[in-house]
Amino acid sequence: MIGLSFGALSVAGGLPVWVPVLMSLVVYAGSAQFSAVGVLLAGGGPVAAAATGLLLNTRTAAFSLAVADLLGPGRAARLFGAHLVTDETVAFALAQPDPARRRAAFWVFGIGLFAVWNAGVLTGALAGTALGDPARYGLDAAFPAVLVALVLPTLRANARLRRPAALGALLALAATPFVPAGVPVLLALAGLPAYGRTGGVRR
Amino acid sequence: MNATVAMILTLAVGTYALRLVGPALHGRVELPARVRELLSAGAVVLLVALLATGALTEGGGFAGWARPAAVLVGAVLAWRRAPFPVVVLGAAVTAGVLRSAGVA
Repeated sequence: MIGLSFGALSVAGGLPVWVPVLMSLVVYAGSAQFSAVGVLLAGGGPVAAAATGLLLNTRTAAFSLAVADLLGPGRAARLFGAHLVTDETVAFALAQPDPARRRAAFWVFGIGLFAVWNAGVLTGALAGTALGDPARYGLDAAFPAVLVALVLPTLRANARLRRPAALGALLALAATPFVPAGVPVLLALAGLPAYGRTGGVRR
Repeated sequence: MNATVAMILTLAVGTYALRLVGPALHGRVELPARVRELLSAGAVVLLVALLATGALTEGGGFAGWARPAAVLVGAVLAWRRAPFPVVVLGAAVTAGVLRSAGVA
């Protein structure tokens, strides 16, 4: 469903069909894709769009370390498996009880998710061309709403994240009138030091 | 090659390089828990900033009332655990209805 929305919203926002489709195949990272397209549609330059997406994806380096031993010994398997590393695949694989099942889960779920995600994006992008003006009329609200739907479960589960997130958002909003589009979001990372340590040791 | 293609390819190559960190190191290196936490927290901070600026601003100024009101409706729907398409469509339809009612 998220892939479907990504395809439809990108195209309804004025991007050609091949942009979301190509992006989903070669980038394959949901929140980074939404963010990069969001920056583009908001008038930010391609450099800001790529920088935002890449910063969002730095966490995949940590995830790929966590599943490195599941990718198998072969070079080809490792090279291909790395592309399948996403938040969801890693979480699902690591939830399995033993190494053999973890490995199977990574590959089955990883390939399945890749197929479903890309099929969804293609379908959404094709459907997006058929969306008329009514959808376009409220479309600017749809992208922020997607991001709300993506982060709210995490903010709900981890209260310590709320302070750095709020601080970062305020910094970004305050900077918006003065710097080029796309840059305020990067400045929000200055709110990160407000992220407390586990168990609220600092008080 | 146009700028959008360059952006997609940069993002793709960069993302793939980040994903290769694990297999390239054969999982020999383990990141400190604090670093792992900060990487995940950083992603949330970026997304929240993106949604805040996206909801409230347009071209360096205030976006008008219809959009933030619509995003707030989406947030309430998401908080009440509505399905993803309901959240997104709810926000888009709210913005559309507010505008047709004359709210900028």
